[in-house]
Amino acid sequence: MKKLGKRHLGEALVRVLMLLSVLIVLLVVVSILGIILLRGIKSLTPEMIPWPALLGSLYIVIPASVIGACISVPVMFYITMYKKRSDTFPYLARLAYDVLYGTPGIVYGAFAFTLMVYVGMRASVMGGILVTVLLIIPIMIRSGDEIARNVPDEMIEAAYSLGATPWETLKVILRQILPGMTTAFLLAIGRAIGEAAAVMFTAGFSDTMAVRLSDPAATLPMAVFNWITMPDPFPDKAYAAAFVLTVLVLLLSLCGRWVSRRFTQNNL
Amino acid sequence: MNEMQAPLSVRDLSVAIGGNPILRQVNLTFPRNRITCIIGPSGCGKSTLLKTLNRMHYNVEGLQVSGSVLLGTHDVIRANDQELLELRRNIGLVPQKPCPLPMSIFDNVAYGCRIHGMYRKKELPDVVEKYLTEVGLWDEVKDRLGSPAVRLSLGQQQRLCLARTLAVEPEYILADESTSALDPLSSKTVEDLFIKLKKDYSIIMVTHTLHQARRIADYAVFLYLGEVIEEGPAADLFNTPREELTRNYLTGTFS
Repeated sequence: MKKLGKRHLGEALVRVLMLLSVLIVLLVVVSILGIILLRGIKSLTPEMIPWPALLGSLYIVIPASVIGACISVPVMFYITMYKKRSDTFPYLARLAYDVLYGTPGIVYGAFAFTLMVYVGMRASVMGGILVTVLLIIPIMIRSGDEIARNVPDEMIEAAYSLGATPWETLKVILRQILPGMTTAFLLAIGRAIGEAAAVMFTAGFSDTMAVRLSDPAATLPMAVFNWITMPDPFPDKAYAAAFVLTVLVLLLSLCGRWVSRRFTQNNL
Repeated sequence: MNEMQAPLSVRDLSVAIGGNPILRQVNLTFPRNRITCIIGPSGCGKSTLLKTLNRMHYNVEGLQVSGSVLLGTHDVIRANDQELLELRRNIGLVPQKPCPLPMSIFDNVAYGCRIHGMYRKKELPDVVEKYLTEVGLWDEVKDRLGSPAVRLSLGQQQRLCLARTLAVEPEYILADESTSALDPLSSKTVEDLFIKLKKDYSIIMVTHTLHQARRIADYAVFLYLGEVIEEGPAADLFNTPREELTRNYLTGTFS
């Protein structure tokens, strides 16, 4: 009986600890969102919308996502279709992009900057796109790989055994992983759009709208970074930019969730 | 490939993975319009043999195959890519775990016909109905042909996989423990289907359950450590085995 009481105590303790952790996490999320939303909404009058930064971010992230997807999708297909029982090559590939995945944005920034200096390129939209492509590829591949790994061998075999070519088989697999892949890519875009360190010296910063690929461009995270420590009214502008950025990222991640819910219903 | 009236046969087939022999010098002929059951303890090479018959070991590294798998004049092992597609169509596979393609019930059955361009678009609904009827699934699904195949129960999915395989008109059907993932009732349904289908198709089945082999096999092959120990008409092999090893396996001395 005594022993049982002790076990109950342990149980209760662990439960309280878990609850506490959840509360801490919730508190952090709510306060971040709360402050950004409250201060952001207050500051976000039509003339305070940081158009150059918003458009600059989109100029950089949209092409970078497209290029990134063009490179990551074939890699994922390769891993799915040509995975061998022996694990050496996939192991090395996974190790490589795990390292890249964990590499901080600032390191990407420094690397891309070195490249740009080497070819004589200035901080520009082009530079921003370049570094964002580098940054987004491992994120896309890593999350895509998780999805591709869940494709059952039986499905590949089923298509093959009906006499399908590898390409036809791939199209079948694609139907299976498309929703998951879309979600993964939307989340990757969400992460890339919020990356400040990488674009700090590659895209630069500017108060005017970037028109050409060689113009330096403002981005939302850089706008926050630059304005938050400046005298009034700049902090308000920074909060407005943070608000726009948060809403963008939230939208992307909600979209991702919606896609995966809506379409996996049909698949699973 | 109408000249292929000769049975599927295996000549001096040896398979090794990374230097480890899995099958040694296998010689077999799989009779037409019969159910051939391949039995043997785990790891004896049953599944490898089955996979070699339609060259489905695409993801095995370090695989060495020698000998031949003949369907008519065509050798599955040496077939080029084009021939292989046609041979695979001729040697269908019903998997261990039912695995519908991520599409509707209708499209699952029509898939193979579409990739091979076997029918005109207008004919497809009739074809799909024919094969769904053949596996006894038509009445259960005729009102929801457009809904995703994964919503079916496991037993239904397995029959759908069978219908999908039949729809490309194979001569041989390979079944890799095709009932092992099913509940007893569905398993019985699929077994009965195989018995019915042998009229038009030749079936090669790997099974772990001796009871099942006894129930449905016309011809039986006993594999042990990659070698064919004994083969012959099922009644003979099960009732009066020639080899001691077979007798021991059948009486459960080892498994």
